[in-house]
Amino acid sequence: MKAIEIKGTEDTPTILLDKAAGTFELSGRSLPEDAAEFYHPVLQWLTEYATNPNPATELTIKLEYFNTASSKLLLDVLGKVEPIQGVKVTWYYFSGDDDMQEAGEEFAELIEVPFEFKTY
Amino acid sequence: MKHVYLIHKTMSEHNLILVYEGEFTQEITKSVLSMAEKNLDSIGEEQNIKRKVFNVMVECLQNICKHADSMKREEERRAIFMIGKENDSYEITSGNYILNTSIEGLKAKLEQINNLDKEGLKTLYKDLIKTSELSEKGGAGLGFVDIARKSGQKLEFDFEPVNDENSFFSFKTKIIRSND
Repeated sequence: MKAIEIKGTEDTPTILLDKAAGTFELSGRSLPEDAAEFYHPVLQWLTEYATNPNPATELTIKLEYFNTASSKLLLDVLGKVEPIQGVKVTWYYFSGDDDMQEAGEEFAELIEVPFEFKTY
Repeated sequence: MKHVYLIHKTMSEHNLILVYEGEFTQEITKSVLSMAEKNLDSIGEEQNIKRKVFNVMVECLQNICKHADSMKREEERRAIFMIGKENDSYEITSGNYILNTSIEGLKAKLEQINNLDKEGLKTLYKDLIKTSELSEKGGAGLGFVDIARKSGQKLEFDFEPVNDENSFFSFKTKIIRSND
């Protein structure tokens, strides 16, 4: 399966989805005006990956900022990985960033996937 | 050229550290954000406050961008955005034209938000994110709820009648600086 590698910009995140390397990561800033368009290839990739996933999948989310349009799409991303066996989400937030910690906890409440919280 | 002095005087009397007036696009949003970020960095603002200001700015600016697309005339698409710095808070203010017919719905939404406490806002946010579809312009109706949550203060707003068709919608969010 072909990997996705999107380099981050000032308003879009870095995205690495690589089945062979076992790397599944979103990081940086996610503030696109049209979040649906930006996340479309990511959702498509995850749909295909879910049909034949690795035995373990660790999705790392390490976002500095995200806008509300992205939060809706992040929930869609998490919804795609939810049915995958052996999936785990690691939610990074900047130490002391209560808003980002709470955002992660809310996603954890909405999605039936184990979340681990880490600070950086 | 007296207006130059008057604008300058008004800005400094209101402790405005950044004002942008004109057309709003995602490119302009990025420039305004970057300017504000440099400004907050040079003040040496605390990370948590800086992040809150930044988050509220993003939602305000993108609200204006999305909304401007629905206004017909160029003049009506012009809007204003400003940041004021008081001793104990930042005030993020925006102003844009709105159809008179849209006032009622917007007012109801903002009043609903202002009537909720912290837990109520959290519940509303989670309900909206689960159930709402992204509108074609990319919003999910979450912006104002998120702004209220990040600021922890009531949203302030006003509608100034302009003519039979439009009013001017002013919107202010406060981020308290000394929150510990």
